[in-house]
Amino acid sequence: MNLFIASVQRDLLVHFRHPSEVLNPLVFFIVVISLFPLGIGPEPGQLKEIAPGIVWVAALLATLMSMDSMFRSDFEDGSLEQVVLSEQSTFIFVLAKVVSHWLLSGLPLVLLMPLAALLLFLDEAGTWALTLSLLLVSPTLSLLGGIGAALTVGLPRGGLLVTILVMPLYVPVLVLATAMVQAAEAGSDTIGYVYWLLAILFGSVCLAPIATAAAVNVATDQ
Amino acid sequence: MANQMLQVRNAGCERDGRQLFEDLSFSLATGELLQIVGGNGSGKSTLLRVLLGLYTDCQGDINWSVDEAPLYLGHRLGIKQSLTVIENLRWFGVLREVPVSQDRIDEAVYKLGLTGFEDSLCAHLSEGQRKRVALGQFLIMDNPCWVMDEPFSAIDADGLSFLMAILQEHLDVNGAIIISTHQPITIDRPINTLALQ
Amino acid sequence: MLNWFHRLGSPKIFFEISGRWQVPLLFLSVLMLTGGAAWALLFVPPDYQQGDSVRIMYIHVPAAILAQSGYLMMAGAAAVFLIWRIKLADVAVKCIAPLGASITFLALVTGAIWGKPTWGTWWVWDARLTSTLVLFFLYIGVIALRSAMERQAGAGRACAILALVGVVNLPVIKFSVEWWYTLHQPASFSLTEKPTMPVEMWLPLLIMVVAYYLFFFAIWIMRIRNEILVREKSTDWVKQWLTVR
Repeated sequence: MNLFIASVQRDLLVHFRHPSEVLNPLVFFIVVISLFPLGIGPEPGQLKEIAPGIVWVAALLATLMSMDSMFRSDFEDGSLEQVVLSEQSTFIFVLAKVVSHWLLSGLPLVLLMPLAALLLFLDEAGTWALTLSLLLVSPTLSLLGGIGAALTVGLPRGGLLVTILVMPLYVPVLVLATAMVQAAEAGSDTIGYVYWLLAILFGSVCLAPIATAAAVNVATDQ
Repeated sequence: MANQMLQVRNAGCERDGRQLFEDLSFSLATGELLQIVGGNGSGKSTLLRVLLGLYTDCQGDINWSVDEAPLYLGHRLGIKQSLTVIENLRWFGVLREVPVSQDRIDEAVYKLGLTGFEDSLCAHLSEGQRKRVALGQFLIMDNPCWVMDEPFSAIDADGLSFLMAILQEHLDVNGAIIISTHQPITIDRPINTLALQ
Repeated sequence: MLNWFHRLGSPKIFFEISGRWQVPLLFLSVLMLTGGAAWALLFVPPDYQQGDSVRIMYIHVPAAILAQSGYLMMAGAAAVFLIWRIKLADVAVKCIAPLGASITFLALVTGAIWGKPTWGTWWVWDARLTSTLVLFFLYIGVIALRSAMERQAGAGRACAILALVGVVNLPVIKFSVEWWYTLHQPASFSLTEKPTMPVEMWLPLLIMVVAYYLFFFAIWIMRIRNEILVREKSTDWVKQWLTVR
C-alpha cells in the first residue's frame, strides 16, 4: 500500500510543478466542442440533440491526448525500470498510475461537463446525466487507455498510435454513456445504465492492469 | 567468510543480429568486485541488464542467492527531474520497501556533496550532480549487491574519489559490486575482470 | 501429444511439414472456391425478398465468419506465444494480422454491396457492419503496433498482449454495438437474419465457408513459411534450401 500512496503523491507532485501537461487536454476538450457549432450551425435545437455524442467524443479524444503522459516520463528517465527491478507489484504500481491519471485528467474533465452542457444547450437532466456518466466512465477510460499507453511507451511517436489502439475498446462505454444521457433527456430512468457502466468499470479494474503491467514489463525489457 | 551471491553459467545474448557474448560463466561472492570492460557496443550494458533480469532475450543460467534485488544504476538514472533531491532519495526507499530515516538522508546528502541542494529540483542541477543523486540510492539503503553501469561518466574529479571511496567502503562491509566501466578502479581489493569483445 | 506440439514449434520442422501440405491445400481451396462461387452465381435460385443480390451473401458471409474466427485464431496464437514462448506462435500472429484485416475488409465491402439494393446507399451503420468495422480497427491496431515496434525486441509480446486485450473486449464490443443498433432502429430488417434456408441455399454456403477456411490457412501457412525463411536466414538449413531453389 505504501507504494500505491507514494506513487500517487509523486505523480501529483510532478504534475503540479508542470501544470501545462494537465491543462492542455482540458483546453483541447473545450476547443473541440467549440468547433462543432462553428461547423454545424448555432441552432440550439440541433446542437442539443447531438450534444451527448459531441461531448463524449471530445472527452474521449482529450483523454487519449493525455494518455501519453502516463508512463512516458518514467520510461525516459529510468524510473519505470527501477519499479520493475524492485520486485514490487507492477499491478499495484499501474493502478496507482491510473488513479493519478484519473485525478489529473478524468476528474477535471468531469468538472468541465457543466460548461460543455451549457455550450451545447443541454437541459438540467441532460447535464446531470452527462456529468454522472463521465464520472462513472472516466476511471475506465484511464484503465483501458493505460494499456495503450504502456504498449506504446517506448515508441517515439506513440501518441497517435494510442488512439488507434484504444478507440475500439472505448466503443462500449461510448455507446452506453451517450444512451444514458439521451435517456435522461427523454425523461426515462437511467439506473440500468449506471449498473452497466459500473460493471464495466469493475471488470476493467480487475483485468486492465494485468495487461498494462505485462506491457510495462515488455517496455522495460531491452 | 565469502558467500556466493551470483552464479552465471553459459550466458549468451544476441542482439540485432550480432552475437554480443556467449558461453559466459562466472560468479560473484561477497566482498568481490567484478569489473566488466569492453568497447562501445560490446554488450556491457546488455550483460548487466541480463544479469538483473531486465533483458530476457538471452540464454544461460543466472542464479542469484540474495534476499533482495540488487541496486542498479543504469544509463537512465532513475530519478525525476521534477522532484527534489530529497524526494528522489525517498522514492528509492519506498520502491525497495526500506524505511529510510531523515538522518540517513541527511548523511547521504552530505556525503554526496549536495548540501544546500537538497530541496532543489533535479532539473536545476548539473549532470554531475544528478549522477550523484542517482548514486544516493546506494547510500541510503544497505543492499549487499550493487550493479553500476558506467558510474564514472559525467563525474568530476571530486566525484571520482568519492565514488572510489564508497566502493571501497561497500566491499569492506562484505558487499559485492558489478561495475561496467573503462575507468581503472583504484581500490584496495583484488578486482575480477570480464572483458567483452 | 505435448511433444508433438513442441516439435511443431520448431521452425525447421514446421517448414518441412507445411511444405508437403501447402500445394494440395491451396489447390483444394481454389477448387472449392471456384466451384462454390459458380454454384452460388449460377445455380442457386434467387431469393424471394432480395432477388439476385442475395448471391453476394456467398462471398460476404464466409468472409464475415472468417474475419471473426481469424481474430480468435490470432489471439490463440498470441496466448501460445505468451505462455509457452514458442517463437513460431509469434510468427503466426505477425502473419495472420494483415490476412485477417484483408478478409475483414472484404466482409465490409461485400456487406456494403449487399446493402445497396436494399437500402439504396453504399454504406449503412447497422449492427453487423459497424461491429465488423470495429473489428477491422482492432486488426489495424495490431498491424500498426507491430510496424511501429518492428525493430524492437518486445514487439512480439506487445502485439500478443494487444491481441488478447482485443479478444477479451470483442464480445463486449459486439454486444454493445448490437444493443446500440436496436436502440436507434428498433424495427429493422436484418440482412443477416438466418431464416431456415433450403438445402439449395445453405449447401453452397457451407462449401464456400469451408473453402474460405482452407484458402485462409493456405495463405497463412505461405506467409508463415516466408517469415520463417526471413527470420532463420542465417541458419544452415535455410541456406541450403535457398541454394537448392
